[in-house]
Order: sequence, then C-alpha cells, then structure tokens
Amino acid sequence: MRVDKHPVLGDREIGRLVTISVDGSEIEAVEGEPIAAALLAQGMIVMRKTPRFGEPRGVFCGIGRCTDCAMTVDGIPNVRTCVTPLKAGMVITSNLKGGGE
Amino acid sequence: MAARQSFDIVVVGAGPAGLAAAIEAAKRGARTLVVDENNKPGGQLFKQIHKFFGSHEHRAGVRGYDIGRQLLDEAANSGVTVWLDAVVHGLFDSRVAVLREGRQVTVETGRIILATGASENAVAFPGSTLPGVMGAGAIQTMINVHRVLPGKRFVMLGSGNVGLIVCYQLMQAGAEVLAVVEAMPSIGGYGVHAAKIRRAGVPILVGTTISRVAGQGKVEAVVLATLGPDGKIDPQSERTLAADTVGLAVGLTPLTELAWMAGCEFFFSPKLGGHLPLHDDNMLTSLPYLYVAGDITGVEEASTAMEEGRLAGIAAAESLGLVAAATAAADKAAVRQRIEVLRSGPFGEGRRLAKAEILQQQALRSGQGGLSWKA
Repeated sequence: MRVDKHPVLGDREIGRLVTISVDGSEIEAVEGEPIAAALLAQGMIVMRKTPRFGEPRGVFCGIGRCTDCAMTVDGIPNVRTCVTPLKAGMVITSNLKGGGE
Repeated sequence: MAARQSFDIVVVGAGPAGLAAAIEAAKRGARTLVVDENNKPGGQLFKQIHKFFGSHEHRAGVRGYDIGRQLLDEAANSGVTVWLDAVVHGLFDSRVAVLREGRQVTVETGRIILATGASENAVAFPGSTLPGVMGAGAIQTMINVHRVLPGKRFVMLGSGNVGLIVCYQLMQAGAEVLAVVEAMPSIGGYGVHAAKIRRAGVPILVGTTISRVAGQGKVEAVVLATLGPDGKIDPQSERTLAADTVGLAVGLTPLTELAWMAGCEFFFSPKLGGHLPLHDDNMLTSLPYLYVAGDITGVEEASTAMEEGRLAGIAAAESLGLVAAATAAADKAAVRQRIEVLRSGPFGEGRRLAKAEILQQQALRSGQGGLSWKA
C-alpha cells in the first residue's frame, strides 16, 4: 500500500511510472525506487523460498545485509531487491519453489 | 591493473558522522573523499521525519531529513568528494580498496575515518523468519523514504526510542499499531515518545514478549505472553493479536568489519552495542592513521554522531599538519563541550559513563606498559 498523504511529508511525489515484470505479471512501479518497495506496495511480501526447506522469506533488514529479499533480476540471481533501484522493463522472478537457483 | 587515486583523508560512510567529519576536514584544507555503499548519501537521516532533541546548537526542533539536506549542502560547499554506490571492501594499512561502478579502485590516503554506523539486531522466536517480520528501521525506511506501508496492522517488539518513534510514524502513515511489547519491566525510550503513542490508544505492554508468530507463509497472528519473575514465558498468559507485520526494535550493533580488518584494538561495551574500536578523545584508534566516529564507536543517536564526526575530522586534519595545534585544541574543546551536553541528563548518563570507560581503557592500554597501542 502506498502512503499517498502524510501529515509531515505531504503528498507523495510520484516519479516516472514504468512497467516491470514480476513472475510473469506486469506491474506498474516508480522508476528508481528499490525493487522491494515496489513489490511491497503491491502487497507482495514473499520474495523467495529457502533452498533447503522451502521456507518463505521477505524484506527483513532493508539495508542490503540480510539477503532475505534476494530475487532474480534480468537473469542475475541473488539480487538484493531492497537496495537495487528499479528500472523500466526489468524482469524479476522470485524463487518460490525453493531448491537451487 | 586497478585504478589508483589519492586523497588526504578517506571517510567511509556518508551518514551524519561521516559527512560531518568530511566537512570539518575539507574546511581545513584536506582533500577529502567520502565513500558510501548506498546510492544516496545521508545514512539514516532521511527517514527521520521527527524533530530532534537537544539544544539550539544541536539543531533541536529540526527534522532529521532537513539536517541531512544541510549536511549535504555543506559537504558540497566545502569541496568534499562523495562516491556513492561504492563499497570499501578492504583496508591495507592506509590504502583503501573500493569497488566502484564494477571496477576496483585503490585510494592512497593519509588518514581514514570509519563512520560505518550500525545495523539492527534481530531476535529469534518461532515464526521470526516469516515474511512480515521486519526490522523497525526497515519499516521506517519503507514508510518515510519510499512511501510504502509493508502491512496494515503492526506489533512492535521493543519500547526504546526506535520502537516508539517508528510506531508513531506508522500511525502517521495510516497504519494501525496494535501494541508495543517490551520484555523489561519499564518502557525503554523517552516519556514524551511513549506518551504520544499512548494518547493515540496504543498499549505499551511491559514485562511481555512475543512467544511466537503464526501464519501460512506470512505473519497472520502474533502470540504475546507475560514474562514471569524468572524471565520465562508464562504459557497461561498467552493471547493472540491479529497482526500482519511485526517490527523488531531490539537494539543495534556497530558495523565494525573494517576496523577488525585494519587490526585496531577493540573494547567490549554491552551498553553501547558490543565490540567497538577503542579510541581516544580525538576519535583516534590504536592505529595512527585510523579514526572512528558515530555508531561504530558505540550506538547513540545522530546528533552525537555528527559531533563525533566533527571531532574526528578536526583531529585528522590536525594530525596531517593542516591546522595549528592551538586552533585545533580550541575547536575540539568546543565540540567536546557540546558532546557532554548531549550525554547529560538521565538518559545520557549511561552512555556518558560507558564512553568514559572507553577512554579509561584507551589510556590504560596506551600508557606506560600498555598492551599493544601502536600510536
């Protein structure tokens, strides 16, 4: 959910809207925001499943240290989506089946 | 062959401490580089939308992001070079190894100031790895910087200032906060922050913890339990809140990897967040070229971090012969006085004593018969 109105920060400045693909679905997102922010705004909170036990993981630290939000971006695995700026046309896939990359 | 560059002073971290250090160093004529792994400078200042405390000199009443903007302007005006998206991954004596835009750059420098900050602690309970359990700072970044709410109904674990402030800011962002949960018998943060969220109807449950979080693939229920006098969970007291997100505000730990790599002396201070580089009252470590400032020297808050940064910046410039000793002494005395004020009062007392302990240890180890002080 977006925070559009805010008593201190005022109205949200909406940057350039672009389209990205997430697990095959197209979503609209703001260019330059972290990929994870765009996904959370869509209510998508599971970014991956663990390789061995298939347990779900989502954004935890938000500063690129814990790697719980790692996804595959444009074919590059293990991209930390909380610190990677979003670009138009990105193709993002989660690893929701678990198991090796 | 790696590219090579040279600066008088390299500052690692473009948060409040690092920027303040760089500004003071550059103002005194040092060619100063700040390196930060993030794509924006300012550290955690830009998510701090509340007004700061302290006195007028500490910019009390000014919101964190405005302080951040002022620091960036000052840095630009004093000729500081800032590299963003650049990771310092190695210190080899006074050579700094940086990965910048996918390329390896070696920076030769006279002095290094580490202002790497701190990272949030995690706490383990059944269900703590479920999506929807997040660091309080991560939540704060999402709502205030990226303007995204990661959930609708929150429970906050930890009633220190971070937990209390993030709860208030969650409500400002339109979320519902069901409770703040605190294992200790009393609230950890300032009364003024606690009062604000209590007035808004949020209970602060002391002597209580999260016994587990349940849900199918994400947080759906948070089970709270009262702690008995032995500190153990009383199973009879368990009750469930229908929250979808849990914030963890359970302290921070100094980010000290580069200091360990450099090989400076360390000191263990539970009060200030764990192992941290031992340093003197110039923020100089046991290595003659290595200074530290901000949360890496013990977790406090942004105002103190900026003052420590100023101290390190002045001292580093002085050590390079860029400032006369008398001038530097006067400048440093003024900063130290402001730091004393920030560490005064009932909430500063613990930090002041813990910091004094660091200086005592440093004096002990560096004095006659000291252990391995190399200065």
